[in-house]
Amino acid sequence: MKRFFLSLCLGLTLTAGLVTVQAETDILTFKSAEAEETYNGLIEELRCLVCQNQNLAGSDADLAKDLRSQVYDMVEEGRDRKDVIDYMVTRYGDFVLYRPAFQLKTLLLWLGPVVFLLLTLWLVTRWVRSQSVKPSETTLSDAQRETVRDLLDKHK
Amino acid sequence: MKKGALIPLIIFAVLVVFLGIGLGLKPREVPSPFIGKAVPEFRLPELMKDGESIAPADLKGEVWMLNVFASWCVSCRAEHEVLSNFINAEKVMVLGLNYKDEPDNAKKWLGALGNPYQHIAVDYDGKVGIDLGVYGVPETFVVDKKGIVRHKVTGPVYQETVRDTLLPLVLKLREEKV
Repeated sequence: MKRFFLSLCLGLTLTAGLVTVQAETDILTFKSAEAEETYNGLIEELRCLVCQNQNLAGSDADLAKDLRSQVYDMVEEGRDRKDVIDYMVTRYGDFVLYRPAFQLKTLLLWLGPVVFLLLTLWLVTRWVRSQSVKPSETTLSDAQRETVRDLLDKHK
Repeated sequence: MKKGALIPLIIFAVLVVFLGIGLGLKPREVPSPFIGKAVPEFRLPELMKDGESIAPADLKGEVWMLNVFASWCVSCRAEHEVLSNFINAEKVMVLGLNYKDEPDNAKKWLGALGNPYQHIAVDYDGKVGIDLGVYGVPETFVVDKKGIVRHKVTGPVYQETVRDTLLPLVLKLREEKV
């Protein structure tokens, strides 16, 4: 019986926890599934400027809440992804984008990893080739051969 | 010494250079996209003058600063004295933007610390803050006579900020012809 009450208490505490967690996420209704998808995509992709390593979706900062509601309003007004991105970039700069735009000044950022990968592959290939087994030129002298034979015989 | 032995050293040196540059960067200071552009238009009610409103357009022809502040913001309290001294000494026109604040709290705050602002716009819901790209209060914009944003300070204004940046800039901008 005691165990029953304990698990009841535990169960209640856990569900209470769940309820508060749910209350903290915004409850939004969208006019279409498309709008919802656009909204969810955008808040994943936009950076919260207060806690800079979080996106709008993951941040609980006041500014993130405001920006989420701004994104929501714009999406519900029927503006598309690009409109919202432009709106944010004119106000907060390129930094607001988690996925940087493909521009001349971000070229290194986008192509750098590929360039480094190719460079490494090339270097490794070259190195591996240079390691290829060359026929050994050193041979044992007669005396050494004798010693080896002795040792092998001894441990038979 | 073999040629290959130098390679780790070279890689290390390159790393040191990059990490050294990285140490000097300030990721919290996001460059404002408004520098060199017109200050965004808005019209908001005045905090201290009932029934009146204020817009950046009203201040055209003058060098002015826009200071985003709130009574709940600790760094605003910290910069208040330095900023007020500068404003009063140089007679700088300053528009305060009371950002996401209760007007009563703001009035109390100004009553206790002094009010250096000629105009205070009430941005109760923070919409104008978003238009200005505000992400950390306090923020201070310097606007020239044509209404172009010339500089932005994110975070509190220190004595050094005034001496090295704000004062020279305001004096320079005042010399510019419209």
